[in-house]
Amino acid sequence: MAVAALRKYEFEPADAPAKFHGAQLLYVGWEDHLMFCAPFAFPLPPTMPFGTVVEQVLPGAFGYHPDFARIDWAKAEWFKSGRRWMPDFGKSLADNGLGHKDVIRFRTPGLTGIAGSCS
Amino acid sequence: MDMQVAKKKLGLKERYQVMTRGLDWTPSYQKMEDIYPYAAYEGIKIHDWDKWEDPFRLTMDAYWKYQAEKERKLYAIIDAYAQNNGHLNVTDARYLNAVKLFLTGISPLEYMAHRGFAHVGRQFPGAGPRVACLMQSLDEIRHAQTQIHSLSNYNKYYNGFHDFRHMLERVWYLSVPRSFFDDAVTAGPFEFMVAIGFSFEYVLTNLLFVPFVSGAAYNGDMGTMTFGFSAQSDEARHMTLGLEVIKFILEQDPDNLPIVQRWIDKWTWRGYRVLTLVGMMMDYMLPKRIMSWKEAWEVYFEENGGALFKDLARYGIRPPKWLDQISFDKDHISHQAWATFYQYGAAAAFNTWTPSDEEMDWLSQKYPDSFDKYYRPRLEYWREQAAQGNRFYNKTLPMLCQTCQIPMLFTEPGDPTKICYREVDYQGSKYHFCSDGCKEIFEHEPEKYVQAWLPVHQIYQGNCFPEGADPTAEGFDALAEVLKYYHVEMGRDNLDFEGSEDQKNFDQWRGQATKNA
Repeated sequence: MAVAALRKYEFEPADAPAKFHGAQLLYVGWEDHLMFCAPFAFPLPPTMPFGTVVEQVLPGAFGYHPDFARIDWAKAEWFKSGRRWMPDFGKSLADNGLGHKDVIRFRTPGLTGIAGSCS
Repeated sequence: MDMQVAKKKLGLKERYQVMTRGLDWTPSYQKMEDIYPYAAYEGIKIHDWDKWEDPFRLTMDAYWKYQAEKERKLYAIIDAYAQNNGHLNVTDARYLNAVKLFLTGISPLEYMAHRGFAHVGRQFPGAGPRVACLMQSLDEIRHAQTQIHSLSNYNKYYNGFHDFRHMLERVWYLSVPRSFFDDAVTAGPFEFMVAIGFSFEYVLTNLLFVPFVSGAAYNGDMGTMTFGFSAQSDEARHMTLGLEVIKFILEQDPDNLPIVQRWIDKWTWRGYRVLTLVGMMMDYMLPKRIMSWKEAWEVYFEENGGALFKDLARYGIRPPKWLDQISFDKDHISHQAWATFYQYGAAAAFNTWTPSDEEMDWLSQKYPDSFDKYYRPRLEYWREQAAQGNRFYNKTLPMLCQTCQIPMLFTEPGDPTKICYREVDYQGSKYHFCSDGCKEIFEHEPEKYVQAWLPVHQIYQGNCFPEGADPTAEGFDALAEVLKYYHVEMGRDNLDFEGSEDQKNFDQWRGQATKNA
């Protein structure tokens, strides 16, 4: 459908990729850990290797949780737009097929938050 | 001989006729569609504006007289409250954080409603609804004024009351109520009436005004209680106007039904999302609680709203969409919202805290199916960490819903352990939503919502720093600069209530009233 309007109604999206100074947005959620109330939004260069995101970006965001130190990344399950997905840690975000405003989640089997409450 | 004597006074009905319909005229040298350009493009068909029945026969002079009496009483109470240091009679300075949220998040909506009704009051070709909208526009600006005036007393003593107008267009969580009204005032006149006149005023404001204002009374806040009751007596008039408009539109043409139904679905959902803030105020921010959010929802939405939708069934209107999810959510949203503000308490314009044991027990009792299982462990963990000097402040910005602009904190229907993710590809770009409701609203008018001013994205674009800030400078502290842009003073307006200036001052001032030292 389309907006009902008196005349032509076309505007540029407020979040067009060109507005982020070379970065693209990546959303990342940690399943079963709702102590973090929502997935996070990160502005990252598309050339950043996926392994760098995991090693350098995620600890600052999720490190407060006592489960974070216990994560075995080899066992982590990844999802992109809700579907199972395998990132290549050595390749860049772009080469992993991650574009502007893509959403990924990871599940860490065996870790279910504070007192198993998914917090 | 019989003399024809001119009648000195008009009867009520004639007087009303003269002062409302008498102001209308038929244009002779301009086309109706040029004078009322917004009357037809939404697809609503009105065949006879004279079929409009005014729910209240209110004219400007009567309005003036009636409201002046109310204002005299209101201002007498506000003055007495201020002169007698009424602010020290509230239950606890924590309570004032609910008032700060009201001032920044709700009072500006009254002003936006004023603008909306003034606009709509110009756009309807019928004189009856034009006059009714004008009256409501006046009510709304009065509400904004009386609320701001009543609450200004607190600004002398407590932090966080200093710049609500500036904050409205900048602070991340205030984009939620603001975008709700931006959406409504940029819609056509009929959609605005269904959005605000019906869905918000009729279906949802009871939940805002009755339990919250009762909460103010319970917590000793006579100023808020007084403006609340003053406003509530107008709300009855607004609700009736909203209902009359819906009935009028539906009676005019059967083609109007599907359009109105879609607006009811959309605006009930959007309003429900905004009310998440009120749920959190009731369950977490009132030191002395009156009823839980869940109880309020059951009384004011499920029972009262349910009866309303039964009445409207004869026009072919069905209850709003997504009620199953709404019904499930009533056990969860207030806890999910408070957890969000607690962790982003460094970027809020009020203090946050974890509930005491007694308060957690109250929450367990009110939410036997959800609180202990999902939320208590989280809150207790945070409290222990805070006691050890490791208070949780989340510094990474959250992903937001493109429609309601709330962080993606809501969970899947039926599963409170899984965040609800929905997405749409539109013109080569991805858009994300917290729910089926927000997704469907976007899909109907994507051109509108792609323009959404999402605070997180705006911060990352560099649009939320004070003038002259250089994000490329070494040691640039993005959070500190964003707070400056918000006019939130670090360490005074934000962070934990425990140890806050508000807490210390309140205890000291109240101590002076009860002790010799």
